Amino acid sequence: MTIQVKYFASLRDRLGRDGDELESVSGLTVAGVWAALHPKTPLPPNTLAAVNLEYASLEQAVRAGDEVAFFPPVTGG
Amino acid sequence: MRVELRPASFAPLAELAAYQAEVDTRLLGQYGALSMFIGTMRDFNDGHAVQTMNLEHYPGMTEYQLQRIAEAAWRQWPVLDGLLLHRVGALQPGEPIVLVAVWTAQRAAAFSACRFLIEELKAKAPFWKREETGQGAHWVSHNTPA
Repeated sequence: MTIQVKYFASLRDRLGRDGDELESVSGLTVAGVWAALHPKTPLPPNTLAAVNLEYASLEQAVRAGDEVAFFPPVTGG
Repeated sequence: MRVELRPASFAPLAELAAYQAEVDTRLLGQYGALSMFIGTMRDFNDGHAVQTMNLEHYPGMTEYQLQRIAEAAWRQWPVLDGLLLHRVGALQPGEPIVLVAVWTAQRAAAFSACRFLIEELKAKAPFWKREETGQGAHWVSHNTPA
């Protein structure tokens, strides 16, 4: 089972793609998902994360089948 | 309560009138207050001119977070009904971005819940603005103060 990863707005532009797929391993966290996909790029400051459409901390556990998203501060309204 | 994302320009006062007619079929005589907020795109931001704007969202999460924000308002105040419409896609200056309307029995709850909805939306709902200034486009990095 895999983890679907999505990027939005300025972060997507910076990375040059709107998502990635990651093979699930045990003990994975939100921070671990980023580190596995971007070993040479630290998570930009103020980046927000979500797991399955809920805001998540970087320490939150990620499991097979989860959807993880990374995005900059929101600016709606 | 109705929460919708709108991919095309909408007329907030006409939307409000149409929804008011629906509210009246259920709640006529019960509500004594309606408070509303309309947010409109300016032709300037942070000291520079803005020609057009694109509003990106996270399909699925944006709708879900808006529902969560509405439910939080409903828990805090005795809200009878509400309407929340938010644009996505390409906008021109002068076009409405967001409409929030709240019906309650008395005015204090209507003002408070309406303010809560727009402030929570701005803080938590996943939308991102990209402005075209004429000298190039850039992502808006933060909300302007209330």
